[in-house]
Amino acid sequence: MNTKAKPKRTEQDGPTLTEVLARWHVDLPLLLLLLSVSIIGLFTLYSASGHEFSVVMGQFMRLLLGLTAMILVAQVPSEWYRVAAPFFYIIGGILLVLVLFLGDAAKGAQRWLDFGILRFQPSEIMKLAVPMTIAAYLHLRPLPPRWMDIIVVGILIAIPVGLVAKQPDLGTSLLIAAAGGFVLFMAGLRWRFIIVMLVAFAAAGPTLWINLHDYQQQRVLTFLDPERDPSGAGYHITQSKIAIGSGGLLGKGWLNSSQAKLDFLPESHTDFIFAVYAEEMGLLGVLLLLALYCGIVARCLFIALRGQDMFQRLVAGGLSFTFFLYVFINMGMVAGILPVVGVPLPIISFGGTSLVIMLASFGILMSFHTHRKLISS
Amino acid sequence: MANEGNIRDYSLERRMFATRTVVAVFIMFLMVLALVARLSYLQLFKHDYFSIRSDDNRMRVEIVPPVRGLIYDRNGVLLADNLPSYRLELVPEQVGDLEATLNRLARLIEIRPVDLERFRSRLKREPKFRSLPVRGLLNPEEVARFELNRQNFPGVSIVATLTRHYPLGETAAHLVGYVGGVTERELAELDQRRYQGISYIGKTGVEQSHESVLHGYPGHKVTEANAAGRLLRQIEYRPPKDGQNVYLTVDARVQQAARDALHGKEGAIVAIDPKTGGILALVSEPSYDPGLFVEGIDHANYKALTTNPYRPLLNRALQGSFPPGSTVKPFMALAGLEYGVIGSHDSRACRGGYSLPGSSRVFRDWKKGGHGTVDMRYSIVVSCDVYYYMLGADLGVDRIRDFLTRFSLGVKTGVDLPSERSGLVPSQAWKKANFKEKWYAGETLSVAIGQGYMNVTPIQLTYATAEIANRGQTPRPHVLLETRDPITGQRTPFVPEVREPIRLSNNQYWDDVIQGMVDVVHTSSGTAQRIARGVKYKIAGKTGTAQVIGMSQSHYVRSEDLKKIHRDHAWFISFAPVEDPKIAMTVLVEHGGHGGSDAAPLARIVMDAYLLDQLPPPSEPKPGPNEHESQTQAN
Repeated sequence: MNTKAKPKRTEQDGPTLTEVLARWHVDLPLLLLLLSVSIIGLFTLYSASGHEFSVVMGQFMRLLLGLTAMILVAQVPSEWYRVAAPFFYIIGGILLVLVLFLGDAAKGAQRWLDFGILRFQPSEIMKLAVPMTIAAYLHLRPLPPRWMDIIVVGILIAIPVGLVAKQPDLGTSLLIAAAGGFVLFMAGLRWRFIIVMLVAFAAAGPTLWINLHDYQQQRVLTFLDPERDPSGAGYHITQSKIAIGSGGLLGKGWLNSSQAKLDFLPESHTDFIFAVYAEEMGLLGVLLLLALYCGIVARCLFIALRGQDMFQRLVAGGLSFTFFLYVFINMGMVAGILPVVGVPLPIISFGGTSLVIMLASFGILMSFHTHRKLISS
Repeated sequence: MANEGNIRDYSLERRMFATRTVVAVFIMFLMVLALVARLSYLQLFKHDYFSIRSDDNRMRVEIVPPVRGLIYDRNGVLLADNLPSYRLELVPEQVGDLEATLNRLARLIEIRPVDLERFRSRLKREPKFRSLPVRGLLNPEEVARFELNRQNFPGVSIVATLTRHYPLGETAAHLVGYVGGVTERELAELDQRRYQGISYIGKTGVEQSHESVLHGYPGHKVTEANAAGRLLRQIEYRPPKDGQNVYLTVDARVQQAARDALHGKEGAIVAIDPKTGGILALVSEPSYDPGLFVEGIDHANYKALTTNPYRPLLNRALQGSFPPGSTVKPFMALAGLEYGVIGSHDSRACRGGYSLPGSSRVFRDWKKGGHGTVDMRYSIVVSCDVYYYMLGADLGVDRIRDFLTRFSLGVKTGVDLPSERSGLVPSQAWKKANFKEKWYAGETLSVAIGQGYMNVTPIQLTYATAEIANRGQTPRPHVLLETRDPITGQRTPFVPEVREPIRLSNNQYWDDVIQGMVDVVHTSSGTAQRIARGVKYKIAGKTGTAQVIGMSQSHYVRSEDLKKIHRDHAWFISFAPVEDPKIAMTVLVEHGGHGGSDAAPLARIVMDAYLLDQLPPPSEPKPGPNEHESQTQAN
């Protein structure tokens, strides 16, 4: 017995935690960050759903499913994704077409495909498939991209964006466009192209406005002046601002969101859950949550920078940006600086497909980071 | 991986990606900054504002109305009561289609147009979550019919409530008044916080003049409500402060006696205690049932009241102004004595008429041939007009006006009852201002016998009489004796305003005039001698017969020959017992004929009732709102 020093690690102690995680291709910092946000999410959901334990359990099961998917996805080497990406894209495209004909209408929009046991939104697949396919394409092309490449990528983006917008789901279609566009940007799209496209977009604005659905126009108008109809269209924003503002610096404490508890805040456990969190946890809680989200984005960007090829870098960059955009758009709309578009708060909002796919996408990043091959210099 | 002959520069691509990442991070940093700025603005800068908005959101303030104070007479006889009754109420935000619900309700329970009117007025100004009355005083049959169908009426309920009830009914309608629904015009002048969620407000009489005491202060119940308006839990409760119970100086038995005496005629009786100024009885006839107004009077009844030629809604005691006729003579005599125009024992000759110097127009005495030699006392006893023509001519109208104004004739007495009229005692300046004409000396003669432009109200004349009885020391007339807290029983006596007493240069003047008034009743030549028969106390009085239409001074018309509306008003002012006056009163019988024959006997009845305790048996109390119930039980 050695009493002087710490017991030395022996073969019988088995592998260290890091070694186990590495074997399972798990990135520990990212996992910890995701788990932290997940736990915050479960607690907030319990409060926001009016203390419905079944809702929390449902979300918990989905988190488990998502984390399992993440770990499974992480086992697959990155080349497979590069090869598979176009197939994802094609399958997603077919499903999007199907949804237009067979889809299940909910709230005036056809977004869902019902497979009996599984009901999901094909547009969620496209959020992942579009940046991956573009990355896979650009991976084969010399960078920065040429005119030809830009046109090809433009078409790759336009097809799913158009189909999703037709459902109509403006928020998701814009997110898909942003994800694809961001990949193009990271691939070194020349600044002059960026400027030309911004100008073109600004010029096309009025035309786009005319083609928006009534309720979409309504949302934008309400966003511009929420008080003009506080019990009607502006109700969401007004009530969520009341929730956030009344939270103050330290918040009202967990389970004390009167806005959600008394049903003043609509969709309090889905798109507007951030308002409940802000009311209960205050500005300090909000800053903590923002820090965790930024940590996730930072870790993803770190993985992107360490990517071994352009495909990995572009996918990791695109996904981390999409993730950030989710957080920003959701918080922005709940806080009343962005229009109300149906974007959930990642990991925290109650919701099926998006949560599972979101976590699975982190599995892809973990795969990139852990399947390292030697490159001849 | 070479591609189409281009050599890929991997390190260049990597550097470019790193640059782009830095740009992206910078943009993301700006976005995070925007979020943090926005959230700090909401949570720090606007925190107080949103906290209030949050409380507003969830708090529902429910008004708990106070119980209205009861009204009693001086002996504790109830004049205004609150009786339990059933009321149909509706919460606007809980019924789907309001109009359809009202229509369906109307098939079960009669909802009169006046009920709808009241409901809609409340609907406009009260929040939608508050339960609003639709119809009150439901009878048991209506309650049962609704209860059988209540599952078809979400948001509609029957609540037990208190309804104002007036046990004396018509007997004291003008005195006690009634409550009714608050109108928006009234609300504009009130402390709105005190009248939120309140159905009733005093409309006339004591109910109106002492509204602020009777009403009390509403309490509130703060409950937490969810977005659907469902109440979840009580957060705060402040009980209402119920209205004070009000005790009046009135004696219900005297009121009843006066009413019974006058019933069937038009006119007024006002009796006050000369020492305190407290009103003992105040009757105006014809009267009306004040209970009709409590739950909103329907149009047929209201029309019947307003189109009735005898105007039952008019409170003649305060709002009816009439020429005082000869009842003004004791005051004129006092004026003459005070101004030294006459002496108590100076005599003047009455030959049945008087002409102003230089005028051929003859002002006639009521008695053909005149009264012969008349001194001040005798002028009152026989009500000699000529004596007062001379007195008036000597005084001049302005001195008459100044003196009578000291007795509150032609000015409001300031009684604590609403809508008092001021009446009129003319002056030269008044005529100039209103007619742009100079005053004629002949007009002074009319005023001197209480005719012409002169108009007084019964309460003014009563107060003036009380001043004679109490030698100018009577406090302002009032009906409020004291208020009592309904819970602690604590009494707050009403302190009447003590006016500057009327002082005469010689107190003997009072006695001389009073002697004249005593002899009106207690000598055989007195105009009211008929009421002295069998009287057990000494009465001082003065009759008056006020002309309604200007009649020719050249011939006499017997009043019995005139149509009723052209007949004279009969007045009698009096007080008793003379040695220690306990009651001063005015009887007015409109178009009654002569003061001595038609008004004075009523005064005797009331005085006997009060002074000898010969009070009428208490009349059957009027059945309350639940009469249906008691009848059903009796059957």
